[in-house]
Order: sequence, then C-alpha cells, then structure tokens
Amino acid sequence: MSVGKIVKVSGPLIVAEGMSGAKMFEVARVSEKKLIGEIIELHGDNAFIQVYEDTAGLGPGEEVTSTGQSLSIELGPGLLQSIYDGIQRPLDIIYSSVGHYITRGIDVPGLDHAKKWDFTPNKALKEGVEVKAGDILGEVPETELIVHRIMVPPDVVSARLIKAPEKGSYTIEETIAVIETDKGKRELKLSHRWPVRMPRPVVRKLLPEKPLVTGQRVIDMFFPIGQGGTACVPGPFGAGKTVIQHQLAKWSDAEIIVYIGCGERGNEMTDVLQEFPELKDPATGRPLMERTVLIANTSNMPVAAREASVYTGITIAEYFRDMGYNVAVMADSTSRWAEAMREMSGRLEEMPGEEGYPAYLPSRIASFYERAGRTVCLASEERIGTLSVIGAVSPPGGDLSDPVVQATLKVVKVFWSLEDQLAFERHFPAIGWLSSYSLYHENLADYFRDELEEKWEEMRKYSMLLLQKESELKELVRLVGQDSLSPQDRMIMETTKSIREDFLHQSAFDQEDAYTKLSKQSRMLGVILELHEACLRAIEKSVPLASLVELPVRGRIARMRYAHEKESGLFDEIAKDIEEQISKLSTKETAGGE
Amino acid sequence: MVTEYSTIGDIAGPLILLDDVDHATYEELVEVELPDGEIRRGQVLEVNRKKVLIQLFEGTRGVDIEKTRVRFLGRGLELSVSPDILGRIFNGLGLPIDDGPKIIPEKKLDINGNPINPYARIYPKEFIQTGISAIDGLNTLVRGQKLPIFSGFGLPHSELAAQVARQATVPGAESAFAIVFAAMGITFEEANYFIRDFQRTGAMERVVLFINLANDPTIERIATPRAALTAAEYLAFDRGMHVLVIMTDMTNYCEALREVSVARKEIPGRRGYPGYLYTDLATIYERAGLLKGKKEGEVLEGSITQIPVLSMPDDDKTHPIPDLTGYITEGQIILDRNLHRKGIYPPINVLPSLSRLRDKGIGEGRTRDDHAQIANQLFSSYARSREVEELAVVLGEAALTPADKAFMSFGESFERGFVRQGIDENRGIEQTLSIGWDLLTMIPRTEIKRIKDEFIDKYLPKGA
Repeated sequence: MSVGKIVKVSGPLIVAEGMSGAKMFEVARVSEKKLIGEIIELHGDNAFIQVYEDTAGLGPGEEVTSTGQSLSIELGPGLLQSIYDGIQRPLDIIYSSVGHYITRGIDVPGLDHAKKWDFTPNKALKEGVEVKAGDILGEVPETELIVHRIMVPPDVVSARLIKAPEKGSYTIEETIAVIETDKGKRELKLSHRWPVRMPRPVVRKLLPEKPLVTGQRVIDMFFPIGQGGTACVPGPFGAGKTVIQHQLAKWSDAEIIVYIGCGERGNEMTDVLQEFPELKDPATGRPLMERTVLIANTSNMPVAAREASVYTGITIAEYFRDMGYNVAVMADSTSRWAEAMREMSGRLEEMPGEEGYPAYLPSRIASFYERAGRTVCLASEERIGTLSVIGAVSPPGGDLSDPVVQATLKVVKVFWSLEDQLAFERHFPAIGWLSSYSLYHENLADYFRDELEEKWEEMRKYSMLLLQKESELKELVRLVGQDSLSPQDRMIMETTKSIREDFLHQSAFDQEDAYTKLSKQSRMLGVILELHEACLRAIEKSVPLASLVELPVRGRIARMRYAHEKESGLFDEIAKDIEEQISKLSTKETAGGE
Repeated sequence: MVTEYSTIGDIAGPLILLDDVDHATYEELVEVELPDGEIRRGQVLEVNRKKVLIQLFEGTRGVDIEKTRVRFLGRGLELSVSPDILGRIFNGLGLPIDDGPKIIPEKKLDINGNPINPYARIYPKEFIQTGISAIDGLNTLVRGQKLPIFSGFGLPHSELAAQVARQATVPGAESAFAIVFAAMGITFEEANYFIRDFQRTGAMERVVLFINLANDPTIERIATPRAALTAAEYLAFDRGMHVLVIMTDMTNYCEALREVSVARKEIPGRRGYPGYLYTDLATIYERAGLLKGKKEGEVLEGSITQIPVLSMPDDDKTHPIPDLTGYITEGQIILDRNLHRKGIYPPINVLPSLSRLRDKGIGEGRTRDDHAQIANQLFSSYARSREVEELAVVLGEAALTPADKAFMSFGESFERGFVRQGIDENRGIEQTLSIGWDLLTMIPRTEIKRIKDEFIDKYLPKGA
C-alpha cells in the first residue's frame, strides 16, 4: 500500500504523486472522503487514477491511498434480486442510508454480511478428499427459483479437504470448510471475491447447439441466437433497443438474467425494478426478479463507474455460468461504455483513433464479447454452463459505420438491425428482415428439426426468399405501378404483407402477443405459407386475384396472434377454412367458365 | 476560506490560467475583480499542481494580467432558494435581475445537484392532458417525463411550448403547480413572447424565470439550465409542487459548451462538440421525474416534467445535439417544415415523434381502454398514406388502387383534422380519440389490423 498526494484534478481523472509501489488496476481511495478510484496509468511515482465518484471539491495536496487490491466484487448468495451501481454498491442500501440522491464516499459491501443462509453440503465430500476449483461444496436455496451452488474458488488449483462442510446456517463471512493447498491452509466461505477485469477460467469452450428461446417471433424464427452466443442490437434512438432488451430479459428462457443499464435512462431501470417483481416466470410462476441481477449506472452517474459496470455485470454472469446455469447478459448500451472509455482516454491525452475513440476500443469490445460462450466449467465432474451476451449499440444518427458498431459486428454472431422506418410505422420489434442476420442457423438447425418442426428451416428460407422478392417487386411497383405485376407476383406481395403484419409485427404490451411459444410460431408461419401455396394453385385455375385478396380467412390469420395457447384447434380450423374457401372459389371459377 | 490571487498567466477565449495557487479545488467558484472594480464569476475547470484553469461565465473582455484579482470562494456555484422565488426573474447564474426585493434564502443549493438514485425513482405513469391531439393522442406526455421539442429555425416551437405550459393539466387532480422557464441565448422577442403569455393567462406568479438572452454572456449559459433545475428540484421535492420546466434553446447551451471545449484544446467528438456532450446533457435531462415517498409504495408529492426545446441545425435529426438528446430523453416531438408550409399548426410530424412513457400512461383508468390500439392504428395508417403519396408522385393518382386512394385522403384529413388545431384550442382526450375514430371510417375495415374487434365494434362510428 502506498500513500500519495493529489497534484492534478481534471474531471474524473486525478493524478497523485508519491505513489511508488502502486500497481496497475489497483483500487485507490482518494481524499478524506475515501472516494473509490482505480489506477489506470503509472509514470514514475505518479499514478493516474480514474475516480468512480464525482470529483468536485477535490484539490492538490489531498491524500490518496492505494489498497493493494484490484477492482473486484463479492460473489455469493444475495446477488439475485439486487440492484447495483457500476462497482457493485447496492442502490437500495444507498437509498435507505442517504436518501433520494447518490452522495459521495458511500462504502457499502455488495452482499449482505449479516444475513444467514441455509446451507446443505455436498454429501460426497468427506475429510481428506481431493477438491479442485469449481467443485461444489454445497447448496443454498437463494430464491424459490434458483439454487445457489457454492463452489471452490477458481484460483484453487488442487487441495485436500481438511474440514468438510456441514449443514447449517451461515453468513457469507463464516467458514464452511477448510482446505489444505500447497500454499497452506485456506478457509472457504459462502462467498469469494473476483477481479472484474479478469475472465473467470473455464476448461474449454463448446459451440452453441440450442437456441436461446425469446418468444419474439422475428428473433426465434428468423434470426435466432444460440445459448452461449452473442448478439448486438444497433439502432437509432426510438427504434426500440431497450424494449427488445427488456423483452429478452423478461421472456428468454435463460435461467439467470444479468441486466446492465450502462449510461442509460434512470426511469428505464425503475421500470425494470417495478415491473419484474410483478411478472411471473412462465415456467414456475415465481416473480422474474428472483432470477435477475440488475446493474444500473445511469447516464447521470459518474462516467468512470459506467466503464466498470459492464465488467461487474459479466463477472456476476460468469459466476452463475460456473454453477452450470444458462445465463444471459443484456448490456444497454455498449456505446455508453465506449464513450466512457473515450472520455477517460481524452483526459489521459492519448492519441485518438477513429472518432476520438481510443485505439484499443476494438480489442476491449472483442474481449468483452469473448467472455460469452457455452463452456465446460471448472470442476472434477463435467458441468456445462452457457453465457449469452446481447449488447445494444447506440450509434450517432443510427449510422452503422460508427466505430463501436463496426468493432462489435466483427465479433458478434447475430445482428438485429433496428430500422427507423419500421419504428415510424410502429412496426415493432423494428428489426429489419433484410439487413439482419444470424450465423447460428447451422448450429441450431438440428435442434429445430428434431424438437419442433421438420420443416422449420425450409419455412424460414422460403419466407426469407419471399421477403427478398418483395423488396425487388416494390422497386418495380414504384417505377411502373402495381398493375404491371403478374398475379403470382401480386400474390407474393399479399403474402409478405401478411408475414410482416401478422407474424413479424409483435406487440410487447399485449398479454397474449408479448410472448409466442416456438410451437405456435411455426404454426403461425405455417398457415400463412399454406394460404400462399393454396392461392398460387387457385391462380393457376384462373381464380381472379381480387377474390383471393379478400378471402375471409385472412381476417382470422390477422388475429391468430391474440389466440391463447389453449386454443390449439385454431390452426387446424384456419387450415380447414383455407381449403374450403379456396376450393369454393375454384369451383365457382370452373363453373363460371363453362 | 477565501484566498485571493493576482497571478494570471494566460487568458484565452473564456478561460484564464492562474499560477502559484494553493488550495484550489475542482469546480470551485471564483470571483474575478477587474481593474475597474467589476466583479465576474468563474469556475475551476482543472487544477494541476499550482496551476488553475478557470472559465469565466461573463467572458474575459477587460481582464488583464497585471491588475485583475481572483478570489477563491471555497464552494461551488450555488442558488439561493425560498418560496419567494416564484414570480421572480433571474439571470443565467441565478441572481435576481428584476427590481424585486432580495431573496432571503431558506437554503443555498449547489446547482450541479446530485444524481438521483434509480432505486429512489417512481416510474412516471400519470397522464398529462396538453389539449393537443398530436401529443395527447399519439405521443402522450406523462408527469415526470422529459419530452423535448425538436424544431428548426422559423418554426413555431415557442408557440407550442407556451401552449403546453398553458393547457397542461392532469384530469381530475388538483395540485400545486409551477413553471420554471430557462432561456438560453434566445432573442428578447422570443423570451418576451413567453413572459407575455404567462402574464396574459395570470400564470406569472407561479413562474420562475432564468433569462440569458442572445446578447448576454455566452458561458453563463452553461450554468443556466442547472440553476433552473435546482430551483425546480427545490419547488418539486421540498415544496411538493408539480413543476414544468421549459428550457429553450438547448442548441445554444451546447454551443457554449463547445466554445469552452475548443478553448481548452480538447480532442473534439463529432462536429467539434466535446466527447463528453452525452454525459453533460444527461446530467441536465436526468433531473426530471418522480421520487419515492417516505413509506413503501408511496410517491413523494411533487414532480419535475421537462420540455427542452432545441433547434436542429438544417433540420437535421442526426446532428449531435438532437441525436444525443434523443438518446437521453423519453421521446421527442418533432416539428416539420413541410407541415408548417402547408399551414398546419402545430406542425408536429407524428411519425418520427415518440413518447417512450406513453404505453404505461394510457389505457383503462388513465385515458381510455382503446387508446393504445387506436394510436398504433393511426400511426400505421398515416405511415401508409405517406407511402402512397410518394407513389402517387411517381405514377400519378390514376394508378392507385381504391384502397391506396382511401389511405391518401385519410392522410390529408388526418393532417387537417387531427394534427391541426387552434393555438388556443384545448381538446379533451375523449375528443381527440373520437376525431381519430372518425378518421378511421375513411379506410376499409379489413385494413384496421392494429385494433381488436371488441374496440372496433365499440368505438368505430356506425354507418361507415
């Protein structure tokens, strides 16, 4: 530990002299207010420190103490249902101790140190057995929804258990087991600390093979993300990035959700906080909050803590992944994180790269997303966990040539492109079907075929083909008018309109429509395509186009999204309607022709 | 602790650099005494050992190196508040400039405030009726929201902001309200328009004005919205009032910020604006909302609703100022030059306009059960009408299908009947919605896809 003095204050950056002995990325306490900062550059005995709190009122001469620890967070029972700022300070505790506004120099631990947790040991563990990193010592029922597995910390290579864990109730500070490592005895507790900037180690990575089911039709059907995959949602303001992130946090089938509100609006976090305890998990009926951890470093909170918030979030996510859970991280928005980096870089007077962003921006972004994956976790017994990351990007003016978007697209496998024009029409989710992509189709094709619907891939490809054709036809119509199209082409435009309006468009605010099961999704798209085929056949039989466009069954198709899942007969009825109504037209046509 | 120095080393733009200073702190307030005795105010931007960089709010004209003295006041820029600030006029730094008596402060507050803990907020859900259909019906304002008006030069944003201030009510609720008005770099005439309007409607005694006109010191504008919001926070959360804050024109504020940034030779972000413009704007816009009350589940009496006005240079929505604003605020109301040319007031282009808090502020028990669905239908039908209009320009109207023609005339009537209204016309929400339903009779019923049958049966005028 070294003690120095402030010589310079410039916004969130301070410089302290007399800091010889301090290490890079070590946490320092600044001034008598004990503001939390992190050393980001060292020049001789001058340390450059980014401060995670407002620096107004600081001046040269005040004391700076390094703590010897790098920026790390507490991992253990009590993480779920919490709301933290960027450096894992619980905002609810801050509220109850200092009131509505976040003042400075508040020092509260990330986890409740007084709360007792019921702990059930792993029966296989006896004194004298060998344990290694990731082995499960026992379990704590943290919420009704989630069992918190207590693991041997990742930095234990191999050790002998000299005191086996016993059943009982413990605080996170009490010792539950003792191990002997080659460095000596070590007490294990319900919690341990981990530095946020260091990925938690895994045995090896695997490829995603199951989809992260989101219940959002355009995503699951056309641009799916695999469990353990990465996706990004860039778009101009008002295109619905946050609504999509919220929808995924609510409905995706991940077991744990870590939601990082990075430099975004305060009210959006409040919305999550107030809504999630009331929303029920579709599978268990328990409040969604029981599987959720929130990180909220809103736009008006200190910019340096915003930079740290994404690391805090992903470290918590990795910890749950290590237990063998499917975890999803929503980061909204990574642009604000990049801007925080840019601001610090500017204050450090570094030579800027593109748009003033630091030259290391792409590598920071890449290594963040690379912390996602489907992995074999550390442990004696094989255990697989997944960590999916979905990052929102807010490019200036919606311009995709923005360096943050470009650096992100280089690493992520799924791209949901949000489009202004769709948002203006209130077509939500405003994910453009022509520009978006998913590179997981191949990985997931087996799953969809075996578990759901044999024709899944076929239906997807055919619909995409129609949608692409539609955009060409639209060009044509713009030039020469609709009348010049063949009846077949006119029918394609009718069908794609139905795909757009009755399938891709989905209301986040309607009870039935907000979430669609995979099985219902494939039936919905199925009947739209069935009708298309039937109409094409009818056109062959010279049924006039106008009557096909006005088929009464189209009304039913338009409303099928609101059907409750219990009305399973609905799709069979629609199929029957299609057949009847088309054959009626065809007979009429044949009869009229004679 | 007051310390005084006369060690100015450099003067450049609005900045002075002071040498040999002990004990200066970041963001400390200073008083600068010019050779002729004039006192100006400034703020510390950076301290580096014994060198201190200061921005002068009233500019550096007349400051010299030899005789000018700088006093460090040991505190940040503060605003004196008490209930007596209502009805008063202040300058951009929060000092009274009318001929009224001195404000005897109940307390002094740092104008930078502190960030609101997101955990301490209450999600805004209370519908504010502005009496303007394009806002109430489609881009609904709720209490505690920050909803900017994106405008352009020569468009009637002042008229619209004043109309909102005049007409805004929460139906069925009686409560103390106040208006805080911050003028940044606007002309005397514009400011006067608001003041006359407040006087005409008798609202003046509930208004606090912070005035920095176009010919007032530029750098003072950096403090103006913060002083205004400090007053608003005091009135809202100490005095339990519902405060509407109008800030115009945010573009001038950002330009003042750029001026300082350039003078500091900082690496610029887009269009010369500093890289921290987003964070800076957020510290202003995020000072809106509702707070939790003392007991669990209670709302603290009082609220801050913000209507910032900004002019988009060249009507460009992707310019950094509207762009970054849109990323922070909860939607935007966009004024459109074409509508203005067509003689439509208010010229609100509803398609790119948005209220993010709409969906939870409307519906049964707040406005009406069908509100969300009819709004979505009007949006999508109007979007379709615009598409058809484009098509008609290329192909001629004769080439349109009957459905297309119906949409085209729907679009026209929508602009003339729904969007357009008088500058003193105050429409109730029922009236707004029923105009919407009347318009929907113009398009084929099969094209009404965003509304459930039950509402169509209940509200669509019969005989259409």
